[in-house]
Amino acid sequence: MYDIASIYQARSVADAIRALQADPSALVIAGGTDVLIKVREGKLAGCSLVSIHGLGEELSGVTQASGGDIEIGPLTTFRGVAFDPVIRRCIPVLGEAVDQAGGPQLRAAGTIGGNVCNGITSADSASTLMALGAVLRVRSPRGEREVPIAQWYKGVGKVDLAHEELLVKIVIPRANCEGYTGHYIKYAMRSAMDIATLGVSCLVKLSADKRTVEEARLAFGVAGPVPMRACGAEAAVRGLPIGEAVGRIGRAALEDVHPRSSWRASKEFRLQLVEELSGRALREAARKGGAQI
Amino acid sequence: MIEALQCTVNGRAVEVGIDPRESLADVLRERLGLTSVKKGCEVGECGACTVLVDGVAIDSCIYLGVWAQGKRILTVEGLQTESGELSPIQRAFVEEAAVQCGFCTPGIIMSAVEIVGSGRQYTRDELRRLISGHLCRCTGYQNILNAVERAVNEAHKFVGGAE
Repeated sequence: MYDIASIYQARSVADAIRALQADPSALVIAGGTDVLIKVREGKLAGCSLVSIHGLGEELSGVTQASGGDIEIGPLTTFRGVAFDPVIRRCIPVLGEAVDQAGGPQLRAAGTIGGNVCNGITSADSASTLMALGAVLRVRSPRGEREVPIAQWYKGVGKVDLAHEELLVKIVIPRANCEGYTGHYIKYAMRSAMDIATLGVSCLVKLSADKRTVEEARLAFGVAGPVPMRACGAEAAVRGLPIGEAVGRIGRAALEDVHPRSSWRASKEFRLQLVEELSGRALREAARKGGAQI
Repeated sequence: MIEALQCTVNGRAVEVGIDPRESLADVLRERLGLTSVKKGCEVGECGACTVLVDGVAIDSCIYLGVWAQGKRILTVEGLQTESGELSPIQRAFVEEAAVQCGFCTPGIIMSAVEIVGSGRQYTRDELRRLISGHLCRCTGYQNILNAVERAVNEAHKFVGGAE
């Protein structure tokens, strides 16, 4: 039995927000794969919960809006994202990234919204959502607001989400994914059921002749306390022939990141991973875009 | 505080009083006596508590019992045939000597039920990945993989592998 003081099962998004207003100490639980483990460990023991687990109709599923933006319901599970036809057609890199979280049973329960709201730097969706410039739509009693993911992370495990706010949509603007191909590399000690030592996601838009990098977007997990874009590295390879860009992007990325040592890996090892994996991710992204490299 | 949980467990409609703080694994083991559901790590890493909820394999240790309201739950107890014999998937585990201490077996069998039920054939590497959410402390993975492969092949008459 879990050490939970109370659990309220919300009947709608509005009901969940009302419940959060009513209890200033309540926490939101969605898939439960983070919250319940923290309760078990004692970190969240005795907490009161507002469950949005049953709000699939309002908060789950992926659609393409009329303007071409891709809208992901935050309650969509990792598995739901990975197998969704819209994701597979328009942003397969995001499906591939979330398909590397945990193991099959965890991916059938854990949600992409939870992965975004827990603010963890190693979250498998985070670097790709950063590279895609996702926009996070949150709702509160005062209405909705949109937060670019670049301004979302406020510190270790802290995001720009107030107590009475609920993430209701993850939007990938059409301009940020159309014409791009991407690749995510998770470096971990095990090939399943492990947390990333480093995660890197690279998106690339190639020139018409598939020889030059028109735009690259590079983002990391675990290269700092929060997920981050490597804007310096992106600028350094813009307009370069692909081979040259692959050779340069890693070194350039070293200027953007500031990883730490942890029990999982040293700072020096993470820097080596940043340098090596950035080039590999760019090369694979370019291959998927049709480059002969 | 006790709440009424109504769901379908192993094909039978069930109504049971549960404490909302109980995991689905607690409910199945303690309230319904379905002890094939093992509690191993209790943090969603070992897969010993795997059951199917509406046909999908999940770790029942990190799934609240109250979330099962109205859902269909399947455990190993629900697999035996009408005559009381083992299901073909269970038999494959026996034939391939895929059971050592047996603690991880029910969970892996439930993942195998989902895998076989998908109606697809898989490469060995794909199967490896599909059962990667299970830990076997006896480290008998080769025979487990053989058993899952056999179950998939037998179910779809793909004996001898893909053409």
